[in-house]
Amino acid sequence: MPLITYRKALNDALAEEITRDENVVIIGEEVAQYNGAYKVTEGLWQRFGDKRVVDAPISEAGFIGMGIGASMLGIRPVMELMFWSFAYVAWDQIINNAGQVRYMSGGLINCPIVIRGPANGGTSVGATHSHTPENFIANTPGLKVVCPATAYDAKGLMKSAIRDNDPVCVMENTLLYGESWEVPEEEYLIPLGVADIKREGTDVSLIAHGRAVITALKAAEILAAEHDIHAEVLDLRSIRPLDEEAILNTVRKTHRAVLVDENKPFCGVSAQIAATIQEKAFDDLDAPVQRVCALDAPAIYSPVLENLQLPTVSRIIEKVLQIR
Amino acid sequence: MPKLPNPMPIATDDEVALDPADYARAEINASLKPKQKIGFLREMIRIRRFEQTSLKYYNQGVMGGFLHLYIGQEAVAVGTVSLLGKNDHVITAYRDHGHALAVGMGMNECMAELFGKATGCSRGKGGSMHFFAPDKNYWGGHGIVGGQTPLGLGLAYGLKYKGLKGCALCFMGDGAVNQGAYHESLNLAALWKLPVVYIIENNKYSMGTTLERSSAMRNCLAERADGYGIVWDIANGEDLYEVRAKTASAMRRAHDQSLPTVLEVDTYRYYGHSVADANAKKYRSPEEIERYKNHHDPIRLWKKRLIDEGVLTEADADAIDEAAKEEADTAAQFAIDSDTPAPETIFEDVYWEVDNKTEAGSTGKHFFSE
Repeated sequence: MPLITYRKALNDALAEEITRDENVVIIGEEVAQYNGAYKVTEGLWQRFGDKRVVDAPISEAGFIGMGIGASMLGIRPVMELMFWSFAYVAWDQIINNAGQVRYMSGGLINCPIVIRGPANGGTSVGATHSHTPENFIANTPGLKVVCPATAYDAKGLMKSAIRDNDPVCVMENTLLYGESWEVPEEEYLIPLGVADIKREGTDVSLIAHGRAVITALKAAEILAAEHDIHAEVLDLRSIRPLDEEAILNTVRKTHRAVLVDENKPFCGVSAQIAATIQEKAFDDLDAPVQRVCALDAPAIYSPVLENLQLPTVSRIIEKVLQIR
Repeated sequence: MPKLPNPMPIATDDEVALDPADYARAEINASLKPKQKIGFLREMIRIRRFEQTSLKYYNQGVMGGFLHLYIGQEAVAVGTVSLLGKNDHVITAYRDHGHALAVGMGMNECMAELFGKATGCSRGKGGSMHFFAPDKNYWGGHGIVGGQTPLGLGLAYGLKYKGLKGCALCFMGDGAVNQGAYHESLNLAALWKLPVVYIIENNKYSMGTTLERSSAMRNCLAERADGYGIVWDIANGEDLYEVRAKTASAMRRAHDQSLPTVLEVDTYRYYGHSVADANAKKYRSPEEIERYKNHHDPIRLWKKRLIDEGVLTEADADAIDEAAKEEADTAAQFAIDSDTPAPETIFEDVYWEVDNKTEAGSTGKHFFSE
């Protein structure tokens, strides 16, 4: 299987879906002539032209809302946010319009829109550019949100997101764009709402999403090599819909859970996972559920401290050792 | 660009209603048959009677939420919507009952929605501010001031993308011109040459705040379109002929040149922003409201016009009014007799994939209540 980058996998997914469906259109800042701020859309404008790949001015509320309106008519816009951190200026459009219009119309309207872009810390760009709003999105019934951790997942989830008839938010990661994974050449889809065991284990479950999965995998390797602890790493992949069965199954298997989350701890994604485990697998637990989240302060600029602020391999190992 | 008008005046006692040099001779109006003209009267009266009936029940406490009444503004919705073709679409804000009835939604489903019943147009999930009928090209009914302005742009974008000759009429109140989303939309509409007509229904008060206290540019609101190179105009909302003539011209610009227009329509609401502040003396006087009712009422003026033209008699008008009252009463009874939505419907209409029982809708957990 060829090794391709997370960026290229997304690019391939977009190209395949533009080719497949004449209603798919990519709209965002710098997505066309500049080839994408992070080059995810590289080459698509040359290949598909002005109609299918559209440069938008810096007007997130305007163009995201416009995409939502167009999606009500059956267009399938894939909107790029240069950073998910910029979603806040379009928040009313995303939450109130994309998220609620189906409900408020009693099911008469649906919005087959994808809103995608990177949502991560760890790049020393300060608090305004380092948000991870998957918990906010997941807190809004009507919206869906996925956070792929590998190139394989990024491609399969993006294609499913574009074909989905509900609004789907895809949260990528600038630190993963250049990383490579094996991706098959033949077409495949990954359904939203299906988690993936990235590493089998028997002693403790590390449950994560996005880049935290990669951190958890590194921790699992060290736990096995140095502590003879065999951690299972469950990648949620999709936050809403959520693969609750996979979460409960791994906890029932290992009886211990450490949740790894680049989201903040208060009302973050891992808080929901912890609540689910205690509600439904309490008797299977041999130890309290532990969490390793971003340290609870705005994202700090200082590169050294920001690396400490996000979940680290050593913090994960420390938590596992506490409950071994 | 039109010449800058004088500041939009609040009506005075000695003002003569309607400029006699009117728009009846405009092409779009000259071809109207008497039956159509009477139809416009019927639609305006139906809207008014519907809302008066809804107000009666609202005041009895049988409805929830807000009730933003359109009474006094009827000529705007009826005049504009009368021009819609197959590929023309409508979207508005929360003062949406008039547009809903004008596009052909039934009184029963609208009244039942106000009562929060299962037979409501949104199955009791939207309420007064959120009426929708996509089968009639009516896309709501939106609760956040200015929030619908990018959506209207998107309808226009979708039409252009599909190569359809149509346009989006995006209605908004005077308060919405101060929202950022509207200005982003104007820039995009001009930049991408999108067939959207922004219709500002200037009823003089954004809730309780006058134009003078809310807008840096006081002459008019449409004028701001100059900043985006968008053609704009002002229409007298008391005069259905003028509303139609100026909207038709904006729609032609959208259809033939794929260009946006901002059309400000001067109008007035007799009731409050919602019922809670109806006739609040803090921001306007009862005399002011009376002046509008007596001299500027769009229904009264249209009726007089049709009688003068010899296409309507007082008796005809009375019969139309009686029928509208009866229709509204019947709708209220329908709403009263309708069932409350079943509790399990709370989880319906959230996700298309779940409602349609697709594989995507059954993979993973979508709802987190036990």
